[in-house]
Amino acid sequence: MNSFSRYMKGFFSGLKSLLIGMRTSMKVFLQPKVTEQYPENRHTTLHIPERHRAKLVMLHDAENHHHCIACGLCQMACPNGTIKVISEMREDEEGKKKKVLVKYEYNLGSCIFCQLCVNACPHGAIEFTNDFENAVYEKDKLLLTLNHEGSSLAKK
Amino acid sequence: MNQSFLDYYNIAPLLATIHEAMCSVMPEWLAMTLEGIVVGVIIILMYALLAIVLIYMERKVCAAFQCRIGPNRVGGKGGLLQVFADVLKILTKEIIKLKKADRLLYNLAPYLVILASIITFSCLPWHNGAQILHMNIGIFFVLAASSIGILGILLAGWSSNSKYTLIGAVRSGAMIISYELSIGITVLTMVVMSGTMDIHGIVMSQENGWNIFKGHIPAIAAFIVYLIAGNAEANRGPFDLAEAEQELTAGYHTEYSGMHFGFFYLAEYLNLFITSGIATTLFLGGWMPFHIAGLDGFNAVMDYIPGIVWFLGKTFFVVFLLMWIRWTFPRLRIDQVLTLEWKYLMPLSLVILVVMTVCKIYGLVF
Repeated sequence: MNSFSRYMKGFFSGLKSLLIGMRTSMKVFLQPKVTEQYPENRHTTLHIPERHRAKLVMLHDAENHHHCIACGLCQMACPNGTIKVISEMREDEEGKKKKVLVKYEYNLGSCIFCQLCVNACPHGAIEFTNDFENAVYEKDKLLLTLNHEGSSLAKK
Repeated sequence: MNQSFLDYYNIAPLLATIHEAMCSVMPEWLAMTLEGIVVGVIIILMYALLAIVLIYMERKVCAAFQCRIGPNRVGGKGGLLQVFADVLKILTKEIIKLKKADRLLYNLAPYLVILASIITFSCLPWHNGAQILHMNIGIFFVLAASSIGILGILLAGWSSNSKYTLIGAVRSGAMIISYELSIGITVLTMVVMSGTMDIHGIVMSQENGWNIFKGHIPAIAAFIVYLIAGNAEANRGPFDLAEAEQELTAGYHTEYSGMHFGFFYLAEYLNLFITSGIATTLFLGGWMPFHIAGLDGFNAVMDYIPGIVWFLGKTFFVVFLLMWIRWTFPRLRIDQVLTLEWKYLMPLSLVILVVMTVCKIYGLVF
């Protein structure tokens, strides 16, 4: 009798678990599909999370000012030499010598998107955007200059 | 109950008229031969067409169960031409000749599989008066003919001279021979209920209600057992261990290419359709419209829908049930498959047979 009751128990518990499985898959069948139809939906429903790291940019305000003080911390934090900060010493009106950013070079091709540069920046001058369509035909086009033409340090 | 709907779309008189017209201009043997050829071509065309529909349906349904969209690029919206493109591609492929294979059996096997499938296919009750192979032991013939397919699978596995194919074929053979029992017994249950083995007769016996309603509990249980066993018979998941990709590359048809592989593929999908079609015939009334006793207006509207629409609709409903099962459950191991059959399904179907017989004797079925 014991083995018979075990048999029946196994039969019905198996049946129950099968039905639970079928209910679950029917739920998935009816729910909206997750597929992104990428090239078609790039201007409509495409959603890339805000925090997705796709490309490093330097923030510029409306007057073409950035916040980079050319300290070079990002360059030192970068694990594989993707960032190169070119700066020079200039005298301002009060005669103080100051480091000024000339060119902020960034190689998208060798960037590993670790975000150490953004974390190292003391002024929040750079950040990653979710602009992910970065494919180009030539390797040289991956060498980007992040500071805009004629931009300068924002006044405090 | 008004039975005029049975004659409404009956195409038997039309076929008889055509036959007479042909006999008046040519000898009868020639007329019979020509009719045979025409019907054969129609069967093969429908076979290919249904295979395309089924493959497309499988891809869409499978995608939906996995929260995807499925094919949607080829041929405009919905990817309607995807399967046609696949078929064209497979037709252009070379049929490879293996060096150490048994040449004759290797080439014969796919034809055996497709032959069994087509013979069973032509037994289905498509429409009132449109049964192609009609005999008084129809359902028994279906069981016998569908078993030829196992022979093809075993031959394919053995003659390819490869370990994958042999293991796949042996697994498939063990499984199908086991599940044939459950199928046989559940079919017998419905034969007990209808009192005939003739497929047309079984459908006609359901004119006042489908078997699954008339036979209530035993019929529903038999329907479920038949679906499980039929799924195993068609070598589909969760019983697809004959072609378990992860272990056996493709099982018994690993060494086949081109259209020979295509035959196995076609037969697999059509066996799904045939299993569903037989389930429809036995349990859901074949081409019989759906009737609710007492609602004469509703019944009259149902009668205006032609039988073939009913048959295809119900069959595709059962196909959907089988796809639901396939894309829900993981594959069983060979010992689990045999345990399921011999320890659970076979005793269950025997009990169902006894219950059904008792119900029939004491008039407990409607």
